[in-house]
Amino acid sequence: MKTRAILSVLGADRIGIVASIATALAELSVNIEDIRQTILADVFSMTMLVTVDEDAHPFEDIQARLAEIAQATGMQVTLQREDVFRFMHRV
Amino acid sequence: MPHISPEEIHETLLMVHQQHLDIRTVTLGISIGDCGADTADEMSRRLYDKVTRAAERLVPVCEAIEREYGIPIRNKRISVSPVASVAGRCAGDDLTPVAVAMDRAAHTAGVDFIGGFSALVQKGVGAADDALIRSIPGALATTQRVCSSVNVASTRAGINMDAIARMAHTVKETARLTADQDSIGCAKLVVFANMVEDNPFMAGAVHGAGEADAVINVGISGPGVVRAIIAALPDDADLTAVAEAIKATSFKITRAGELVAREAARRLGVAMGIVDLSLAPTPAEGDSVAEILEAIGVERCGAPGTTTALALLNDAVKKGGAMGTSSVGGLSGAFIPVSEDMGMVRAVECGALNLEKLEAMTAVCSVGLDMIAIPGDTPAETIAGITSDACAIGVINSKTTAARLIPVAGKIAGDHVSWGGLLGAAPVMDVSRWSSAKLIARGGRMPAPLGSLRN
Repeated sequence: MKTRAILSVLGADRIGIVASIATALAELSVNIEDIRQTILADVFSMTMLVTVDEDAHPFEDIQARLAEIAQATGMQVTLQREDVFRFMHRV
Repeated sequence: MPHISPEEIHETLLMVHQQHLDIRTVTLGISIGDCGADTADEMSRRLYDKVTRAAERLVPVCEAIEREYGIPIRNKRISVSPVASVAGRCAGDDLTPVAVAMDRAAHTAGVDFIGGFSALVQKGVGAADDALIRSIPGALATTQRVCSSVNVASTRAGINMDAIARMAHTVKETARLTADQDSIGCAKLVVFANMVEDNPFMAGAVHGAGEADAVINVGISGPGVVRAIIAALPDDADLTAVAEAIKATSFKITRAGELVAREAARRLGVAMGIVDLSLAPTPAEGDSVAEILEAIGVERCGAPGTTTALALLNDAVKKGGAMGTSSVGGLSGAFIPVSEDMGMVRAVECGALNLEKLEAMTAVCSVGLDMIAIPGDTPAETIAGITSDACAIGVINSKTTAARLIPVAGKIAGDHVSWGGLLGAAPVMDVSRWSSAKLIARGGRMPAPLGSLRN
């Protein structure tokens, strides 16, 4: 089952953030559909629209792997099903 | 990125991480209509089996939804049919074993509260109702997770003053039996007028007679989010602008509730019931309804104007929420419990908020006199008088009202009590010294108001 999800990353800017996230996503069969990023007052903020292949890797496993990266880099990394944003911001 | 902007993503994350947005409760209602038996012990066995089987996947499913959608679900709970409605065949027995079975079932299912040790006696007390009410003090003293509620009045039936007097004594006895824990039993006992049958919130949750076998009801939350939105408005924003801002926020909060309700019902294979649009505070700093009222413009909750601010808040939450779900239900009104809301506690401590003002606020919001610690020596007649006043407001105005009063054994006005966890802590509030004894001694039933004749 393919599921669309939103990945958001927030934290102090440093080299290799996008690389580490993108590498992990590729290993977990997660396709990146769109990326937006900004840096405001040294705070790195990135949102990605991704498609998760839940048959290959359960949502939970992907979240666990991202939590490891968050732990190692001190970034806030959140992966949420896309529906939650669609529901909250659209009638 | 199609449809969803980074700003919207950021806003949602801010609501969750900084403003305490969560789903307050996902409550699984379970019919126990088929659990009646000739003895309370046999009924208890059937109830335990039924509830544990039906609720087996409730907690894991809710935890998965929390993780995947990134919205915390604060409480997972269970409600069952009012026990008195099923206990007719064993009405001669003490029903405490049924409460003990409910407690065990809640423990097995991993939920913190189970509601439904309840009876509806607005018109009269049946044999099973009598057995249940007799069992309440012992049941609440011997269990941790069981909640009890009794409906003593309705717009259609009027106010059963005999039942109110009896419940006042039941509250006192429950306080006495749990005296060693600051009378915590009374925090799990609520007396209602116009009780609703799809309420997901404790202590008043029951699974009503008109419901499917199993149903998911969701209670939203979000006082912190609403307060932040009002605080961000300019000080000279007029009240129409304040109402508009609350409506827009309430819509978003409700949509989160709608999503969680649909998804939980789908994954559990049960009916989706309602989304309850109540703003429910918690003792966490910043998660306060009182602070919303103060952000709207009263110096301290309880100041003149507080009822106006609460009426505006309550109405705007409903208007925004009604756009977010077609399944509005439950109580759907702001909660103003004292001990569970740090802003309310502060307002009481500084003398801005008293019992009489809370009674007035009851007229324009949800359940009213909630989680109020009063002196342990308050006469039963006074407790009955306070309760009947709350009921009168509900009956005349065709709305739910309730009283959850805790006459804390051994404590006097100004003392402080702490029950811990979600039940919070509160100062013991002063109660009128003028007697209600003659009114209560009259007993009988206050007739239903003319407004109830709608057909």
